[in-house]
Amino acid sequence: MFWTSYFLAVLAIVLAWPVPILLSRAQWPARDPFTAMLLWQAIGLAGGLSMIGAMLVYGLEPVGDNLIAGLRALAGMVLQNAPTTALGFWHLFALSAAALLTAHLVFTLLLTYFKIGRQRRRHRELLALLASPSADGTGTMVINHDSPVAYCLPGGARSVTVLSDGLLAALEPAELRAVLIHENAHLNQRHHLLLWAFAAWRQALPWLPTTRLAQEAVNSLIEMLADDVALKSESKATLIKAIAIVASGSAVPQAAPVMGPAGLSDSGLQFPEGAGGAGPAGTTASRVSRLLSPRPPLPGTLRAAVLAVCILLLAMPTALLIVPGLLG
Amino acid sequence: MASLGELERAVMDLLWAGQEAATANTLRDMLALSTAAHGGAAGHVGKDLAVTTVLTVLSRLEKKGLVERERGTRPHRYQAVSSREDHTAELMHEVLGSAPDREAVLARFIGSVTESEAETLRKLLGHS
Repeated sequence: MFWTSYFLAVLAIVLAWPVPILLSRAQWPARDPFTAMLLWQAIGLAGGLSMIGAMLVYGLEPVGDNLIAGLRALAGMVLQNAPTTALGFWHLFALSAAALLTAHLVFTLLLTYFKIGRQRRRHRELLALLASPSADGTGTMVINHDSPVAYCLPGGARSVTVLSDGLLAALEPAELRAVLIHENAHLNQRHHLLLWAFAAWRQALPWLPTTRLAQEAVNSLIEMLADDVALKSESKATLIKAIAIVASGSAVPQAAPVMGPAGLSDSGLQFPEGAGGAGPAGTTASRVSRLLSPRPPLPGTLRAAVLAVCILLLAMPTALLIVPGLLG
Repeated sequence: MASLGELERAVMDLLWAGQEAATANTLRDMLALSTAAHGGAAGHVGKDLAVTTVLTVLSRLEKKGLVERERGTRPHRYQAVSSREDHTAELMHEVLGSAPDREAVLARFIGSVTESEAETLRKLLGHS
């Protein structure tokens, strides 16, 4: 019981600090964004579970040999006025902290959900009055604005992809298709649920390095996943050009040279320091450099190893918390 | 009969285009007129429209904070709270802003780009 709480505390600390920093610096997530996404989710869930579990197990140590017996004893104290003398100050402190942290996490998750929902609804209301449905696309709207902008607003059946006049003017038809496929991939793969969960996680514990690093990594990874979907039907050069045009924020002059994929990859351009990272500022650069100099996807064995780590991360704290109770 | 959403859009278009505040009666007449001008194809928005329907639409728009009414006069006169351009700017501000809590509301094709990144990308396009 005692060692369990120590082990969980160590796991929580490792997942809160060194692991996310190492993962955010690693290069392999760009080669397999899907697996990296699973790993970030496992780190977040296991981190929260071991944080709360460590405090719970420590606090219940005097009243039960395992978590289930401890919780039963605690329920007796709370509901049937059983004597609480077995619990010292620090035990009560740990139990209160565990309860508060759990409530805080759940409450922030719900609060973020309603806040995001309200902002999306307001945004949709204004779009209904300001934007006009696009001539060809279903669920696509065009807004009258000069800068090239494309985004999608998730909302179940009312999801909508919005393009600006400036974007339509700047992009060739194939580039426009790449942008639309990219945005639809966000909607189809339900990326907004990931964005919500990690935004709430960061909102709840903003001082924890892992929450910031995880949110930035996830923002980056979903863009790579959507890029990969776009690459299935449009060429690499088309997608790169679409990204470059939208990112540079200006319409391409008529005289702009048309480049082939070979010309692009031989251009020898260097991205600024730190561009390979997953920071919000580096997202676009790392997307483009990933497209310019593609590296082979992660070998099957490595991929399997990462997936095994994900499962282990979730299974370990769960087993430590529950199995002793089942055996005893 | 047009849906409330279409009517809201039509009423806002009129208020944004017009210079001064208008009463529900005036708006109803203008809607009927624009229907006649556009013919059947462009919309049957104003056809057989009751003033009460226009008032319903106006109160919905007022609740959304898009329309305000002058209470001094009878009947009340309505006008847009801000211009179409201001509302577009408000939307784009929401889209282009980079506050962390805003990033989950919508997914942009390209997020915030630093100046050096934009420079590199411009070079990539062959015009720096």
